[in-house]
Amino acid sequence: MNIPLTALALTTALASPALARPVTMTTNMAQYGGDGAYLALYVTDAQGAYQGSLWMAGDKSKYYEHLSDWYRATAGDAAQIDGITGASVGAGQQLTITLDLADALFDAGYSLHIDAGVEDMRNSPSEIVVPLTSSGAGQPVQGARYVRDFTYDL
Amino acid sequence: MLRQLHKFPGLIAALLIVTMALSGAVLSVLPAWEAAMAPALDQTLTVATLAERVSATFPGVEQIRRSPAGQITAFYFEAGRPGAVVIDPATGKGIADHAPSGLARWVTNLHRSLFLGDVGRWTAAAGAAALLVLSLSGVMLMRRRVGGWRQMFSRLRGPVAGRLHTQIARLSVAGFVLSSVTALLMTASTFDVLPNGTAPAFPAQVSGRIGATPGTMPLLQDTPVQGLRELTFPYAGDPTDVFALKTNRGEGFIDQGTGATLLWADAGFWQRFNEVVFMLHTGQGMAWLGLILGLMALGVPVMAVTGVAIWLKSYRARPRMIGNAAAAQADTILLVGSEGGSTWGFAATLHAALRLAGHKVHAAPMTQLDLGRYNRAARVIVLTATYGDGVAPASAKGFLDRLAALPHAPTIPLAVLGFGDRQFPQFCAYAGDVARVARVAQAKGWPNLLPMATIDRQSPQEFARWGRDLGNALRHALDLAHSPAIPRSHPLTLISRREYGTDMQTPAAILRFACPQSARFDWIAGRGFGRFGPGDLLGILPTGSPLPRFYSLACATHDGFIEVCISRVPGGLCSGQLLDLAPGDTVQAFVRPNPDFKPTKGRKPVILIGAGTGIGPLAGFARANTARRPLHLYFGTRHPDHDLFYGEELAAWQNAGKLASVTTAFSRTNTRAYVQDALHADAAHIAQLISEGAQIMVCGGRDMAAGVATVLAEVLAPTKWTPALLKAEGRYVEDTY
Repeated sequence: MNIPLTALALTTALASPALARPVTMTTNMAQYGGDGAYLALYVTDAQGAYQGSLWMAGDKSKYYEHLSDWYRATAGDAAQIDGITGASVGAGQQLTITLDLADALFDAGYSLHIDAGVEDMRNSPSEIVVPLTSSGAGQPVQGARYVRDFTYDL
Repeated sequence: MLRQLHKFPGLIAALLIVTMALSGAVLSVLPAWEAAMAPALDQTLTVATLAERVSATFPGVEQIRRSPAGQITAFYFEAGRPGAVVIDPATGKGIADHAPSGLARWVTNLHRSLFLGDVGRWTAAAGAAALLVLSLSGVMLMRRRVGGWRQMFSRLRGPVAGRLHTQIARLSVAGFVLSSVTALLMTASTFDVLPNGTAPAFPAQVSGRIGATPGTMPLLQDTPVQGLRELTFPYAGDPTDVFALKTNRGEGFIDQGTGATLLWADAGFWQRFNEVVFMLHTGQGMAWLGLILGLMALGVPVMAVTGVAIWLKSYRARPRMIGNAAAAQADTILLVGSEGGSTWGFAATLHAALRLAGHKVHAAPMTQLDLGRYNRAARVIVLTATYGDGVAPASAKGFLDRLAALPHAPTIPLAVLGFGDRQFPQFCAYAGDVARVARVAQAKGWPNLLPMATIDRQSPQEFARWGRDLGNALRHALDLAHSPAIPRSHPLTLISRREYGTDMQTPAAILRFACPQSARFDWIAGRGFGRFGPGDLLGILPTGSPLPRFYSLACATHDGFIEVCISRVPGGLCSGQLLDLAPGDTVQAFVRPNPDFKPTKGRKPVILIGAGTGIGPLAGFARANTARRPLHLYFGTRHPDHDLFYGEELAAWQNAGKLASVTTAFSRTNTRAYVQDALHADAAHIAQLISEGAQIMVCGGRDMAAGVATVLAEVLAPTKWTPALLKAEGRYVEDTY
């Protein structure tokens, strides 16, 4: 799935069209033996404070509370994921998103989080937490439960 | 309208609803299974104790969940590996790895979305909506059929598909309504059409300390495990995190440093509402309800098959009229009121015969009555069926009102023919109503073409007779040879005959035929002779007439022969041919089930009342009575020496206990007694039997049956019963000719 987005609604003024570059994020799911997983991709700052959401895989709002860290930070606010919502991701499948992200997001202490949740299975908040750095690009990060690995490419 | 509302969703959604119902039935077992498998729970156990025990066994515990059915699962992290175990609450130890069932997940996805994502969810919801419409319209149809809410559980009559359809419906319709309504509400909640309620926001302030153990936390100490939904532990090493508790009452947060309750929020209305809906639909937390709903759902495939069969039958029965004239051009207007479509068959025969006689005929449903357009019409003929207990059929709705509302009487002569079943107390009531209005109109000057007439149980003979009367009125011959869908007939060979009544100028005989041998393929293809029992009808096709005549069978399939009791009807074509048969001769015949004329199930006594050849099916019941149920026979005939049918067998059956008593009445001996007199003489005994729950079965001529009903009304006067009440309960059935 390739979703080119030109702007990103981060709460801080990090996204500046002039200083942005396309970033491709690839999430490979493990064979966890369940229904499609809900994934929330979002960014926190160096203090761990929520900054904004990049993507929500899964469109039924009643399940969002199972993405517990994201839900804790946003209280389930639908405005956070307005226009950046897609389908849930099945076991063994791949989610690829391409977004224009501000240069200022990289090498500045920001981290990308992925919360995952699967129906009738455990919640997996912050299953992926990866610092956004230029050098980290292209390095796969392993997940522990539902995500096999995650990579972002600049 | 009501029928259309039932028919179209039924035909379109049948397969979808069957899929939903069968998958739902499978899922309905799961909560009960899970509850049965869950370890016993000490009612006084608190979440605090449980959490202590679990975290002692699994230091890396992240969450403890309790399913509505009672299974407790702990999710933990150990040495970088996630784990999930089913917990025994008594020890806090794991008893099995928690592995969600792949089958349950597969069936769940089939049930709610047909594996088609949101499109499938909407499709499933459409199936639920169709089921709801079917249930409600079906209940209304049934009310109309049985004649009111009070009769909803009265005995069912008619062909087996219809009875099965109605029987399952009235046992299960409440479940169908509950399941479909909750399914629609769940869909609405999934797609945010209904609010889901919001969880409370994370507490703004925490102590920032860590180290309190769950066992000391007041909120956990106050929460019984029975009410637990989930308890989430804080992240190790994150002092800003908290314990999060969710119960059946609400949810809250607990400080991991002080153990104090930081926040508690009772569940809001919509949360509770959605939980109740979920429980009612899935049976999770209410396993018995789930099992009942699942059992009811198993009736859906049967209802789908019988429903489609009923529709197919009526669709096939409705003929396409050839050369139907326009209303304004026709000299004869046929107005048809038919619920099931069988009356249309008669209308088509009449239509064809009138056209053959040179008439221009316009046939239309009664709802299309439009006197203003009948410019050239010389006569209006109304053919109308009653539906169940004397209620107007769908295509006749409003006809009476429109007739009554006419400003002045029409000048076109009218004939009314009613079709119905004499077994219903309100036989031909509707056609009678139409005739009554016609009579009122006649007083204003609306001429009658023919007196009102009725046809019992689609009798081709009665229809042909009425055709002759109509021909007389029209001054030309009118031959109405209507045979309502004659089943494939088979040649029957006579093997023996016993003569009776030869000295009484009314020859009669018990004829015994060999069972036809049908090829195996015919039997598989449903073209065999078919199974039968006493009381079912043997249709005989006499030479020289396409119309079958029906005789009650005195035997069952396993007797290995086919037996009927027949007397010569003056001028009767068929009875004459049958009585002229010699052993070795054959007739064409078929079996037609007569499910209403059967003893009810059980051990209750049965009072058999018959006269003349009406003994046939009653003798068959006695012959088949190997269970020695108390059968009391009252048998009226002319003379013991001449027409005491089954004389020897009656004595033998009485000795064998197959007949509890035999009372005879002879009209051509010195006693000059009829069966009615025998009933009168035995009044106290009969009243006693009825109060014990006995059923009455009457077989014989129509006049005799009417006489019996009159006498029984007197006999039952001291009891709370009347023949009409017994008929309504199915405890008084007649087979008359």
